[in-house]
Amino acid sequence: MTQKQSEGAGPSGPQPGGPEGGALGHQRSGGPFWRTARPFRALLVGGVGAASLAALVLTAAAGFDQPYVALVFCLVIAGGELARITLPGNRESAPIALAGAIAYAFLIGLGGEPSHHTAWQVVAVVALGVALGELPHVAVGRSPRLEDVARRVLTALLLAAAFRPIVEALALTGPSVAVALLMTGTVALAWALDVALSAVLRAERLCTRLRVALRDEARAQVATGGAIASSGVLIALACTVTGLVGLLVFLAPLLVSQVAFRRHAEVRRTYLETVRALSRVTEVGGYVENGHSRRVSQLSHGIACELGLAEAELLELEYAALMHDIGQLSLREPIAGGATVLASPREQRRIAELGSAIIRETGVLDNVAEMVRRQCEPLAGDGDEGVPPLGSRVIKVANAFDDLVGENGDAERRAAVVERLRMDTDSEYDPRVVDALSRVLERR
Amino acid sequence: MLIGPYTGIDVGTLVLIAVLFVVAESISTHVVVDVKEAGISPSSAVALAAVVLVGPAGAAVVGLASCLAIRRQGLVKRAFNGAQFALAAYAAGHVYLLLGGTVGVPGQSDFPGIVLPYVAAVLTHTLLNSALIGILMWCLGVTRPAGAGRLRWRPLAALEIASVGYQMLGLAIAAIWGAVGIIAPLLVLLPLFIARWVFGQQTAEARAHEATLATLCQAVETKDYYTRGHCMRVAEGSAMIAAELGMPAERVQKIRYAGMLHDIGKLGVPTKVIQKTGKLTDDEYAAIKLHPTRGYEIVREISFLDEALAGIRHHHERLDGRGYPMGLVGMEIPESARIISVADVFDCLTSTRSYRKAWSVEDAIAELRRCAGSQFDPRMVEALVRAVSREGWQTPDIAEPPGCRYGATERPDPDEPGAPVPDLPAEVNSPAEEEKTTPVAESTSAGAVTGGQDR
Repeated sequence: MTQKQSEGAGPSGPQPGGPEGGALGHQRSGGPFWRTARPFRALLVGGVGAASLAALVLTAAAGFDQPYVALVFCLVIAGGELARITLPGNRESAPIALAGAIAYAFLIGLGGEPSHHTAWQVVAVVALGVALGELPHVAVGRSPRLEDVARRVLTALLLAAAFRPIVEALALTGPSVAVALLMTGTVALAWALDVALSAVLRAERLCTRLRVALRDEARAQVATGGAIASSGVLIALACTVTGLVGLLVFLAPLLVSQVAFRRHAEVRRTYLETVRALSRVTEVGGYVENGHSRRVSQLSHGIACELGLAEAELLELEYAALMHDIGQLSLREPIAGGATVLASPREQRRIAELGSAIIRETGVLDNVAEMVRRQCEPLAGDGDEGVPPLGSRVIKVANAFDDLVGENGDAERRAAVVERLRMDTDSEYDPRVVDALSRVLERR
Repeated sequence: MLIGPYTGIDVGTLVLIAVLFVVAESISTHVVVDVKEAGISPSSAVALAAVVLVGPAGAAVVGLASCLAIRRQGLVKRAFNGAQFALAAYAAGHVYLLLGGTVGVPGQSDFPGIVLPYVAAVLTHTLLNSALIGILMWCLGVTRPAGAGRLRWRPLAALEIASVGYQMLGLAIAAIWGAVGIIAPLLVLLPLFIARWVFGQQTAEARAHEATLATLCQAVETKDYYTRGHCMRVAEGSAMIAAELGMPAERVQKIRYAGMLHDIGKLGVPTKVIQKTGKLTDDEYAAIKLHPTRGYEIVREISFLDEALAGIRHHHERLDGRGYPMGLVGMEIPESARIISVADVFDCLTSTRSYRKAWSVEDAIAELRRCAGSQFDPRMVEALVRAVSREGWQTPDIAEPPGCRYGATERPDPDEPGAPVPDLPAEVNSPAEEEKTTPVAESTSAGAVTGGQDR
């Protein structure tokens, strides 16, 4: 953890955006770049990069079909990429760029004139547009998440590779019901592939289970995917009738959807930021050690990923972990050292109940309040309520660990504390959670 | 031809569109975005498509069909809705024809010439709809007369632009109607419903955020019985001032949040100092003076507050430079801080403390006015006075705390910005404090307000 601390000091990790944002400072391994902890990501980025380069070279050699159309689509994609947004869960997305890419891959004609561009040209145009749009971002130091950019280009590549040959084979020129259905089917397939890919990436990044990641990604991308895909198909169909004017006119509604997505993401981020900031009141008030809430929340997040919790549960757990000590605000004097694990069980229970009462007041965080209320119960639970929720058990372990190790515990101390927690696994702590904790610590 | 033209109306298309319109209308309860009573309804895109496909008369029929929408609604309201949509669509249709639009499925040759008349039709439709609803509201006496003068036009304008963006989709439906028929509206409406759903989520989440923030602020206040609800009232007061000064809604909201959080740093002041009775030592004063900075440290990571953060950090600054933590002078003090400072003192004066009763609103206003220029920005004070005289002020309803009477403790709330009364000079007794505040503190009884603020 010490190593992590020194790294976490600079804003080097991913931006603290989504639920897993700040909670996971990914270690940048010091070694050469090919020795990465995330081989899938490296493979994806490398592969897509190589394919884009090949497409550019091939298309430049063969010459662009309908260069003006290519240019307009390229500019639209660049603009969309420039306006990319970060969705909840720290997912980067560029709806307009992607819709433009889909539309270009599906373009069968323009105002009555059939289009014959090849799949390579689609990839070249999309890659060029994406690169153009990302340039200003990189210039001001907001580098994109490479894997997300690569996924966008890959989607265009897959669609073009699947659809362009069909256009040539069937000599499609005008919209019809069959064409519309074909496009919809293709794009749905591409969406499923993209979800699978991003789930693999997510599982790799968070060290969580693939099945859980798959469900999370599918849920998170159903709305954006639907909006983007239907807009892309719509633009492709409409352009056959209206020409390029259709592209510009029909992007306006997608712009509105993008605003909706962006604002939603902002509200979500603000919410998390607020809770994160306010969770520090206990530290400023001298009730707990500096950084305790945040460390417990990071640790809980790591453990919960290891245990395979879904994204929504992770978010609730993060809130609960951040606010787990908030009940101490109602105490007249801070308890000695701020370490609740050393307080008497009665005291602990009172703090948990006071905190849970505060959180319940909000009227919207009932699950969080429940987790906080039962955070100090032994493994078998108190009274007849049964086993406390998994979130409570995770917080209990993370809290005990952080209280006992403190801010600057070295590897030896951490190992000793884990051993101590393991000794209590028959009554106090959940053995599965303690095992997950030791796995998380091994990785750090 | 009384309400013509009837040429170019395909009955099959008309029926399909009407059904589609009713479905869209039924699914979409209007999305509330910032402004009450206004919203984006995807169904208007269908109405506009009808203008292109079946002309003004057909569009009017489609509009009228909205009274068949499946939802709980009174007969009168249904009739009004139907008539409103029919009228708006009919007028939009004629504007469309007038500018050279053609009725029927547009072909490739119609573009881009069709775009201009279509945009004009969209604008007509939007304007007429808003006007009709406005007239209805006015007739029902729902709109407040005060609100009419300074309508918050920015969120409204954003909403209108968004809804015009949506309605451009009507042209997309019309353009590909001929080729892919009923698939067209499905493709078009999907993103609309997704956006609507996202807006709904966002509204819910924003509400959750607000509730959480308020609860946490109140939790912080549990340390002192007398300051209950203080943060919420300061938030309201700050928002009233900001709105009165004509700030955009977004900024008003930020200042509201900053007002809510302004005393969060008091958590850093030991409970025994806050609840101490009797004199404070220099060290304890120093601890209290730290609270704005502490508060700023806690909240500075909440990035959306941006400039309002300065309001938390500097809400104890004074115009004459004798405030803390930095002793800023005059307009060096951020605007948000000058707002919060006025709202903070106003609420302190009008609420009960352990050592005194609450002042009346009139007395408090007189006191604020007296200190305007030296302690407060007169602009903010006057804005508060105007807002309070129009909207009133919610004074705290705590009459007496449990088990404790007024005057049981001798010392004012450490953060008390205002108000120690003549029989309580004790609180300005620290030597440094004495020296600084003597001229004001001696002048009148209420002068202690300024002395108090110094702390």
